Amino acid sequence: MNFLRKYLDKIKPNFQKGGKFEKLSATFEAFETFLFVPAKVTSSGAHIRDSMDMKRLMSVVILALLPAMLFGMYNTGYQHFLLTGTTGTFWQIFGFGFLKVLPVIIVSYITGLTIEFAFAQIRGHEVNEGFLVTGMLIPLVLPATIPLWMVVVATAFAVIIGKEVFGGTGMNVLNPALTARAFLFFAYPGNMTGDQVWIAGIKHAANMPDTVSGATVLGNLLQSVTDNLTYRDVSSKLPDDLNAFLGFIPGSIGETSKLAILIGAFILLYTGVGSWKIMFSTILGGLFMGWLLNIFAANAYMELPAYKHLLYGGFAFGAVFMATDPVTASQTEKGKWIYGFLIGVLAILIRVLNPAYPEGMMLAILLMNVFAPLIDHYVVEANIRRRMRRLKRAETVLNKL
Amino acid sequence: MDAKNWKLITNPLNSENPITVQVLGICSALAVTVQVKPALIMALSVTVVTGFSNLIIAFIRNTIPPRIRIIIQLVVIAALVIIVDQLLKAYVYDVSKKLSVFVGLIITNCIIMGRLEAFAMSHKPLESLLDGIGNGFGYGLILIIVSVFRELFGSGSILGYQIIPEVLYQAGYKDNGMMILPPMALITLGIIIWIQRSKNRKLIEK
Repeated sequence: MNFLRKYLDKIKPNFQKGGKFEKLSATFEAFETFLFVPAKVTSSGAHIRDSMDMKRLMSVVILALLPAMLFGMYNTGYQHFLLTGTTGTFWQIFGFGFLKVLPVIIVSYITGLTIEFAFAQIRGHEVNEGFLVTGMLIPLVLPATIPLWMVVVATAFAVIIGKEVFGGTGMNVLNPALTARAFLFFAYPGNMTGDQVWIAGIKHAANMPDTVSGATVLGNLLQSVTDNLTYRDVSSKLPDDLNAFLGFIPGSIGETSKLAILIGAFILLYTGVGSWKIMFSTILGGLFMGWLLNIFAANAYMELPAYKHLLYGGFAFGAVFMATDPVTASQTEKGKWIYGFLIGVLAILIRVLNPAYPEGMMLAILLMNVFAPLIDHYVVEANIRRRMRRLKRAETVLNKL
Repeated sequence: MDAKNWKLITNPLNSENPITVQVLGICSALAVTVQVKPALIMALSVTVVTGFSNLIIAFIRNTIPPRIRIIIQLVVIAALVIIVDQLLKAYVYDVSKKLSVFVGLIITNCIIMGRLEAFAMSHKPLESLLDGIGNGFGYGLILIIVSVFRELFGSGSILGYQIIPEVLYQAGYKDNGMMILPPMALITLGIIIWIQRSKNRKLIEK
């Protein structure tokens, strides 16, 4: 480490004002603060500072995402071996998934960081750290079969239109990772939905075993509505709860294992990076809507027990990693409850009642991202009114005295 | 043509563009730009209507009682739009079907009413005609830029001719389905506005 520090100090003058590479100062700064705690010292006024700057904050999120990512790699291999009917050792399975998932992660990072660095240079500010997390989130919400050039296009779209247009990290209205996913979802639906995309390394052909379907659980459930099946027919085809919880079901790379997501959630909550109010109220909203649909059960999907909704699709992943994004979520404490609850409600509502979209979590979170400032506005207004009333009461009491 | 009159045509193309600067006529700009051909026809139709309505109103501007001027303007615009609509139906029926209701909706296009109110009511016929044509061109320019992007990336062609080679499709390239949807037109428009304002900083609102 000492060697690294010395080297950085040696080349630093080149990047400062008047140096040879003055134009690249933002790039240098980004690498320096990534490797070491920033050397900037507050010189006036009293500020409490600890070592948790934004880069450390982002590192915690990355750490929390690791279990989901690693399991996603394993599951990518597992699903492949399951469908082809062959068996492999743990390392063969993991290795297969690793080689499928790693390129997506690398491409997402290279594209996003290139754009971030370019914008930082043009606008003459420091490189924002936000993409460290976004770059990891984007691959985890995509199917493992996604063509890499689509990852490039979607990442570029998300960073430029989703974030830089609004002024960069911290100013974006929509969650950038979900913006990328939504872009792909609407631009290239053939590569994002259906039963052909969730299992990697398979050429879809006639010799596929009939008993195994490549569709996600949610896709099958939606199909059951079109086919007019009864819930008893459907339930026999559902994966058992333990498998769904552990994640041995087809789906986007990072979303399948609820166990891995739970570990991530604990890391986020323990370090205080994620808001427990949002996570809890999202789940509450999902359960409430599931229960409400149970009451009015008109088809097999609506009869699905509410808790099962949490086990399938991207609900858990969205609740833990996407809804809690501090930039796009509600800022007020009361607002967080409303925001989370509505995400849960809308996600299940879209899932069950809209035949065009098998998964509602992405759309629910993006929609509530848009409404978050409005929620905050009314929470703040309500607080002002409450305190005004209190003031008036106090005045009338004082006048009487 | 002297410089002042020339400006009436060139200004709306850039610094006084009806779509990107005055932000008028957005609705039709999103609706008819999926392909280049309908966008071209639409641009031409709007140019004809703005030009002639400006000219006619400028001729009779001194005889119009101010209190009923809007109705008179609308009668002129509506008459012109119906003529254009009938011509399209007669000569380019397939495009006319694609444009569907949006030709009729030129009547409500804010650009035309805006130019009549802001310019033709207070200027001479020739200037008004040039101003109308200029604004029609400004509108058309943006329509064509947006539609070129949308048709190229959404359908892989321009004016119906395949531009993106078949080899790319076989290599895994796919048309962007989002480009065909109106949201992407709005985003494309936004990017044009972004680029224009970053070049011409005077246009940035405070």
